[in-house]
Amino acid sequence: MFDNLKILYHQGKQFIPNVRTAQVPGIFRGRPLISLQTVDEAALTSLCPMRAITANPVAIDLGKCTFCGACAQQFPDKISFTTDYKIATNQRESLIITAGDDTPLQLNPQAMRPEIRSLFRSSLKLRQVSAGGDNSGEWELNAANNVQFDISRFGIEFVASPRHADGIVITGPIANNMAEALQICYDAVPHPKIIVLVGTDAISGGLFADSPAVNRSFLQNNTVDLYIPGNPAHPLTFINGVLSLIGA
Amino acid sequence: MNYITLLNNQTIGIAAIPEIPYDTFFEINTGFITHHPERHCVNYFGYKIGDAIKLICCIADDNAHQIYVSACVVKRETPLLALTSKLLCFEKFEREIHENFGVNFIHHPWLKPLRYAFNRFDTSQTIANYPFYSIKSEELHEVGVGPIHAGVIEPGHFRFICNGEQILHLEIQLGYQHRGMEQLFLDKKELLQRATLAENIAGDTVAGHATAFASLWESLCHFHPTRDLDFARTVAQELERIAIHTGDLSALCADIAYQLGASVFGRLRTPIVNFMQEWGGNRLSKGLIRPGYNPFPFTPALAARLLAVFDAFEPDFNEMCKQMFKLPSATSRFERTGVVSYDDVLSINAVGMAARSSGLHRDIRLSHPYCLYPELKHEPVIKRHGDVYSRVQVRKEEIKQSIEYVRKLIATLPHPQPSPSPLQQPQTDVFTITLVEAWRGEICHCAITDAHGELLIYKIKDPSFHNWMVLAMAVRNNEISDFPVSNKSFNLSYAGHDL
Ligand code: SF4
Repeated sequence: MFDNLKILYHQGKQFIPNVRTAQVPGIFRGRPLISLQTVDEAALTSLCPMRAITANPVAIDLGKCTFCGACAQQFPDKISFTTDYKIATNQRESLIITAGDDTPLQLNPQAMRPEIRSLFRSSLKLRQVSAGGDNSGEWELNAANNVQFDISRFGIEFVASPRHADGIVITGPIANNMAEALQICYDAVPHPKIIVLVGTDAISGGLFADSPAVNRSFLQNNTVDLYIPGNPAHPLTFINGVLSLIGA
Repeated sequence: MNYITLLNNQTIGIAAIPEIPYDTFFEINTGFITHHPERHCVNYFGYKIGDAIKLICCIADDNAHQIYVSACVVKRETPLLALTSKLLCFEKFEREIHENFGVNFIHHPWLKPLRYAFNRFDTSQTIANYPFYSIKSEELHEVGVGPIHAGVIEPGHFRFICNGEQILHLEIQLGYQHRGMEQLFLDKKELLQRATLAENIAGDTVAGHATAFASLWESLCHFHPTRDLDFARTVAQELERIAIHTGDLSALCADIAYQLGASVFGRLRTPIVNFMQEWGGNRLSKGLIRPGYNPFPFTPALAARLLAVFDAFEPDFNEMCKQMFKLPSATSRFERTGVVSYDDVLSINAVGMAARSSGLHRDIRLSHPYCLYPELKHEPVIKRHGDVYSRVQVRKEEIKQSIEYVRKLIATLPHPQPSPSPLQQPQTDVFTITLVEAWRGEICHCAITDAHGELLIYKIKDPSFHNWMVLAMAVRNNEISDFPVSNKSFNLSYAGHDL
């Protein structure tokens, strides 16, 4: 008993009091800044392994980017990464950051179904489906509910049964062999329900986008409510994204 | 000679691997392993040459620190006597060759589909129709779990045959995570794309797979990594081991409803992965390891930070371990649960911590050393009982050992060396094999180039390829309610198996 209390005492205060303003340590690569400097755009766009950079004007698609940092290393005056981890949005095209852009990413309430905020603001249960996810995103989603990030303080929780869920959270590019299970799981979630894509692979397919082993038809047939970029998405990116969606 | 002898990370002309008739191939490869626990098959795969299929088998010898490689060209239509008929350890490899090319193996005990690869030979077989073992009985029942599991984890299907609460048999069916990885290594031609793919093979083993790819590629290109490259890779692999083992101890505690352990170990993973972010900008080491150069040199300031992280980590970690290991309600769930015998791990070809927890000496860091491991004079942590408790002990002791190694390494930081000359093109018509001991166990990557130096085949073997069968054996005769804790004690990769 006393040993347990001692252990608790030794942990100090672990939880992050404010997940909206917390600073992330080190050289975290969050929202990029692209300067207006003129560079060899052909060289810049072709160095990106993900083809996430487009030219004229230079823009980075956070739905394709793995935040590897190669572009910023080779063109440090053109591209830099801020530690702004709030990069989730509800519109796919908002993930494209253009040269000169320095506005934080936001969700567009107009593009949002009204029932999301009225029903899920203080309680949101999610069923996670890894569909070809490499287990990095899954590790970070689990971390989002550890004692530090503690997402359940907001009434957001991962549940075992889709019947208990208000939506699904997809990681991975959607492997062909998982396509049917994903559909069955989604169908089992009662209406109204949301779809959240977490990580580069889920949002754009990443390097797997044109693999014959991947089947992304589920995303053509359904509306996505939230895009959370990252490779993997940082727990704070996930938490802030979901909080802005439900308006908490 | 019927085979050629190689070292870890060695590149040779593909023509130097002797092509031998199948009966000789059978004899030597089964002969290497029979009665030799220090030898095991690290890779056995096929690839198409015109209408024929070329088989390449690689047997590692841990005592001699060498790998014996032999080859054999066969026709798809000609059935072959299964190596598995003599040694079970070839079971998975032959299923893969059968699935991909349609080669029939005679006297294979269960020539079932392995992962339903998109380019499999027989596309009429689909994942929804896997031929499970079943049993007609009034007393026994079957329990199916998955592909989607209760927690936030990857998908796979477990089919149990139970007598009441007791598991008699477990069959694990995988393939749901198949992304066509090996084909993408050929299709994506840029080096950064391939390095990114390597990081995505198993996103919980980024340092392991990225080191394997970088080492293999550098060997293909005649490039000798500088000390600071080897240094960064060694440190990254050991930090990955610490982070995952700590996180898994947390998950193990959660599975036995030990809230204090789950919380404390869970929060102790954070400073380690946050350090990875301070170093390379990503908590899971993505972007950190690249062939031919070091994008994020390890600075003295980082070394000082890491020492501070360890200083804070160790007392809390030790205190929590001490408490957990003296708590009867925790240890009684671990002890004698999920037991796998030495004989079983040996015959399955188990690798890594799963093998070491059952007394099998198998650790690439010692047997086929690479990076800076020769200097560390690594001594594997070995336990004998093969139960969950042993695997918990191995994880605890490996965490301590890794901290000690990293402390030793960062005591003498290498001077960042100027980027050596850029990587050359890969050599033409060559074969390379790379072995790495990641936190789960041995990773093996093999590559073959063509006459233009293009990749002809890229073959990846994750430790989970072998170790899923160890889990299936471990849970026999256990209560089904103990399955989660057994499963977590291994924490195997689905993506790494399904590729
Ligand atoms: S950080 Fe993103 S945009 Fe830049 S090179 Fe890497 S993937 Fe491309």
